Amino acid sequence: MIYKLYQSICKEFLLLKRDIGGVIILFLMPLVLIIMVTLIQDSTLKNLSNTKIPILLVDNDKGSVSNSVFENLQKSEVFSVVTQIDNKPLTEKMAKEAVFKGTFQLAIIIPSHLSSDLQAKIDQNVETIVSSLGFSDSTAVPKKSKLVSQKEVKLYFDPATQLSFKNAVMSSIDKMISQIETRSIYTAFQEQLGEGTTSFEQKSFISFKEIVPRVNNKEVIPNSVQHNVPAWTLFAIFFIVIPLSINIVKEKTQGTFIRLRTNPVSNGIVIAGKTITYLVICMVQFYMMLAVAVFLFPHIGLPSLNIEGNLFLMTIVAMFSGFAAIGFGILLGTVAKTQEQSAPFGATATIILAAIGGVWVPVFAMPHVMQIVAKSSPMNWGLNAFYDVLLRNAGILEILPEIGLLFMFFVITITIALLYDKKKRSV
Amino acid sequence: MYSLNDFTLAINEGQIFGLLGPNGAGKTTLISMLCGLVKPTSGSFSIAGMTYSDHEDELKKIIGVVPQEYALYPTLTARENLTYFGSMYGLKGNDLKEKVIESLDFLGLLKFADKRIETFSGGMKRRINLIAGVLHNPKVLFLDEPTVGVDVQSKNAIIDYLKKLNKNGTTIIYTSHHLAEAQEFCTDIAILDQGKIYAQGTPIDLINGTLGAKNLEDVFIALTGNDLRDDI
Repeated sequence: MIYKLYQSICKEFLLLKRDIGGVIILFLMPLVLIIMVTLIQDSTLKNLSNTKIPILLVDNDKGSVSNSVFENLQKSEVFSVVTQIDNKPLTEKMAKEAVFKGTFQLAIIIPSHLSSDLQAKIDQNVETIVSSLGFSDSTAVPKKSKLVSQKEVKLYFDPATQLSFKNAVMSSIDKMISQIETRSIYTAFQEQLGEGTTSFEQKSFISFKEIVPRVNNKEVIPNSVQHNVPAWTLFAIFFIVIPLSINIVKEKTQGTFIRLRTNPVSNGIVIAGKTITYLVICMVQFYMMLAVAVFLFPHIGLPSLNIEGNLFLMTIVAMFSGFAAIGFGILLGTVAKTQEQSAPFGATATIILAAIGGVWVPVFAMPHVMQIVAKSSPMNWGLNAFYDVLLRNAGILEILPEIGLLFMFFVITITIALLYDKKKRSV
Repeated sequence: MYSLNDFTLAINEGQIFGLLGPNGAGKTTLISMLCGLVKPTSGSFSIAGMTYSDHEDELKKIIGVVPQEYALYPTLTARENLTYFGSMYGLKGNDLKEKVIESLDFLGLLKFADKRIETFSGGMKRRINLIAGVLHNPKVLFLDEPTVGVDVQSKNAIIDYLKKLNKNGTTIIYTSHHLAEAQEFCTDIAILDQGKIYAQGTPIDLINGTLGAKNLEDVFIALTGNDLRDDI
């Protein structure tokens, strides 16, 4: 049995060796993928922090609020404010057109009289509160209340702008306006309570500090490399489904499968031969990607992947992810009748598993239903195990549930493939 | 509609048994059943007293199969293909190496041993396909149209090799559309049509037993008619 298994493995390696183009694709494409995606994501982060996004500001207010908005936006590291196009002062119409054409991603329209109306509204409210508390000057003639209509700051977004960017911008503008309102309220109270009153402390009382986990007494600060390398390594490992399923379908269409079915060799040996061969491929892929992330990334302006003390556990995760991918590939190859069935299905299924598994969009950001579905993706189990090891300082016991699920997926898919094959070949 | 129906057949040890019949007669179905590839819906059969349900492994060790397709890995060389398939029968070491060389030599392919199958002609592939099924010296050899689509030289080499195997004790069961080849090669013949055996016997007995028949083709036409058998 061992001899037949050994010969099966040799045959699989020979078949791979003879398909040099396929082997290059198998090893080179994941490397290209991981470099490209990490470069893009890293440069996106850098762009957001280093390069300022030009935005249009139409100031119909010309008051303290619009000045404050302008200053805050200018001070921010994200935006640079544009108030003129072709040396002409911006109007709402011009800004709207420029944004909808995609020339600019965002235009902010500050309505007229915003500062004065805001001040009037705050004064009215503060005066009402102060008088109800009995602090008002009883000899003063009550001012006649001016009717202040609600103000609207308009935002125009380029229709191609991503929702996450939109939300982030809206939230920061909302925060900016709230701060201005708060400041104005404090000032109004000060004025109402008289000159002798101690001025209010306007600095934020609550501040935030991010506490990051420590691995080997060093803070693990997540960066694009630590997120991308495990995610896309896993994606590449699962792409083994395509060549593996094609390998099995080819055996059926070439007729070699008939010979194997009539030979005194069990399908278990044939499948074990393929499993071992393709697991070796997965692991070589994995180590190549790690080597690129550790040694090459610093030379191309990316942070190096820190695997210090984690290599063993990462190897375990990669191996079990490889098992899961191989199980899926063998099942697909067993059930599919042609390469036209197996290749597109394998590719699409891998992309779907990656999408629902959280490779592109974090699972927590998905709708509730998809978060439940995500838990059924082997790529999600693998990704969580990688993050546990790399970012959460987990040990073997903590990743046991995830690697257990990955191995169970392998056992289930292989069992289905063997039963399906047995049903077909039984006499 | 069954591929084989009301079907009884006995093949003796040492025979070269030809299964002849028009397209759709049930020849390939019968061979597939005997090789363990297709399960009969009813009925039973045994080979050397064994059935697949009871002795699958033992049976697979004593049979050899040469399918109609080139059941070979195109990107592997002839030697690599034969070494792999031989090893699946448990052959190993020098014994396997020598058997591969001896068979390649007999069929005139030794000098191409280390060339890839994808570079071979149809006739060369047929010969390698044959060797891959007989390296383990099977007691019973099943061949599904082993000479289809090959030149006369390749055909003669294949027939000579099969005769040699038979002489060494291998019972041969084969299907073919080449009636002249079957007449010359087979010790016994069964003519099948519509899943049934129409006639069975030695080629000479079948020719003599059919009125006006001069050869096996006349017997074949007399039994199966001239109608085309296209079916999908």
